[in-house]
Amino acid sequence: MKLAIRLNKKVNRSWQVDALLFLALAGFGAFMAIPLIYVINNAFKPLDELFIFPPTLFVRNATLENFANLFQVMKNSWVPFSRYIFNTVFITAAGTAGHILLASAAAYPLAKHKFRGSKVLFTVVVLSLMFSPHVTAIPNYMIMSALGWMDSYQAVIVPAFAYPLGLYLMKQFMEQIPDALLEAAKIDGASEYRIFWQVVMPLVKPAWLTLLILMMQMLWGTDGGSFIYSEQLKTLHYAMGQIIQGGIARAGVGAAVAVIMMTVPIVTFILSQSNVIQTMASSGMKD
Amino acid sequence: MSPSGLRNYWALFGKDVRRDKHLYVLLAPYMVLFLLFTVLPVVISIIFSFTHFNMLEMPRWIGWENYSKLLWNDDVFLIGVKNTLIFSVVTGLVSYIACFLFAWLINELNPKLRAFMTLIFFAPSISGNVFFIWQIIFSSDSYGIINGLLMQLGVIYEPIQWLQDPKYMLGIIMLVQLWLSLGTSFLAFIAGLQTVDKTLYEAGAVDGVKNRWQELWFITLPSMRPQLMFGAVIQITASLAVADVAMALAGFPSVQYGAHTIVTHLVDYGTIRFEMGYASAIATVLFVMMLGSNLIVQKLLKRVGE
Repeated sequence: MKLAIRLNKKVNRSWQVDALLFLALAGFGAFMAIPLIYVINNAFKPLDELFIFPPTLFVRNATLENFANLFQVMKNSWVPFSRYIFNTVFITAAGTAGHILLASAAAYPLAKHKFRGSKVLFTVVVLSLMFSPHVTAIPNYMIMSALGWMDSYQAVIVPAFAYPLGLYLMKQFMEQIPDALLEAAKIDGASEYRIFWQVVMPLVKPAWLTLLILMMQMLWGTDGGSFIYSEQLKTLHYAMGQIIQGGIARAGVGAAVAVIMMTVPIVTFILSQSNVIQTMASSGMKD
Repeated sequence: MSPSGLRNYWALFGKDVRRDKHLYVLLAPYMVLFLLFTVLPVVISIIFSFTHFNMLEMPRWIGWENYSKLLWNDDVFLIGVKNTLIFSVVTGLVSYIACFLFAWLINELNPKLRAFMTLIFFAPSISGNVFFIWQIIFSSDSYGIINGLLMQLGVIYEPIQWLQDPKYMLGIIMLVQLWLSLGTSFLAFIAGLQTVDKTLYEAGAVDGVKNRWQELWFITLPSMRPQLMFGAVIQITASLAVADVAMALAGFPSVQYGAHTIVTHLVDYGTIRFEMGYASAIATVLFVMMLGSNLIVQKLLKRVGE
């Protein structure tokens, strides 16, 4: 307990409540972690261990068989497994990059300048945080087909560029940049574009690393929605769904896909954790 | 405004726009896409909700008919509303409080442990829809980890059909939703806590703050009200739109509509029956509910620490 608690607080705190609160924290931590631990272990279980009764949490004789099987199963399928991986990586990379670029470009004028319409535009973006994409799914489908974008990468990638959360977080973070810095750049003769690209963007690195995490997580987990129907364009998430539909016989293989799926976003988060926290500190809505 | 005043206004307007043209250029690409894929769909959806539209014939204006059918003659929709409300009150509220409570507890830890616990709590929500693990955990046969455990302990003798039985369905989906829900708002709270001015606590102690609960209510919560607002918006929106987990775990449609929600109803009419006008009315009702509950909760949050 001693390592955990800062003791320099001036107010009274009873150690009983401390103990209780941290027990609760540990308990919920276990609840959060166990399913993930279970799936990771399942991915390494040989076939006989997957079917023992009672089921076990931890693997005894770890094997890479499931991963090998995954590629075996997928090699014989109509579309090679590498294609699903490529689709997911491509959609994630393009969507995330475009979102960071466009959302930052739009956030800079909203955060650092007053101009006609700026208030209205930002209010609309904040309001749109308040409804989920489900509300707009059907009209979006019609817009996509009117644009002739059905069954293409851009149907998933381009709408991701204009996701409201990114603009919101970027704008809140950019507001902390001192005006004096931007004025100095202006006096030196820099254009707005140059100020945005060479002064503002390097300063808001934590914010775009955060967008990187959030967008990546969203796009990495996409199944292409209702926009993509040809097998060649389907994503890893969709392929995972197909494998899991296969039932218990493929439980180990399913777990192997899941481990591949979850590794990428989790590793990225670990690498950029402090930046994410820094950005979120400015995420508040003022009343 | 007099005619000359109006002319002056427009002249000024034009001048401002010309001066700020670079700003509009920076803004344009995002805003065009935002209007096209977010604002326009909402407008279309509201308009379609007053029509009969099946994607084959031209939409036909029918006024409030969709709404009256939806609210008075659609029992399944009412089941969906009931389930959604149970979800958002239980999951949304519990998860919001849990997000704050865990962030608050984690904030007391030393930096290394704090980073580790943040990862543990945040990992499920970013791990790319791996909530299907719960399908294996609550699997209906004895290989399911819960069934296996309970049979081993002798609590039950026959495996329970967790995800097919309406008795358990809703509870399990809530549990999984809770597991998934410590996301963006959780991070916002952790970050918000780190920005609270430390000297306020000392000042509070001098002013007679006696215990940690008073400290929490009078100092910590008011200091991070902006983050609390942001978190509330994210949580309310997510909890009213619950559907993906329900459809993945309980199937679609679920047995006796046990896990039916507003969004699954929307999916049913929109993508299976192609009654677009009706589906748009469902979307509009959901939209109004989200907006309404956000405004109410924001009003409530302003009272924190009073």
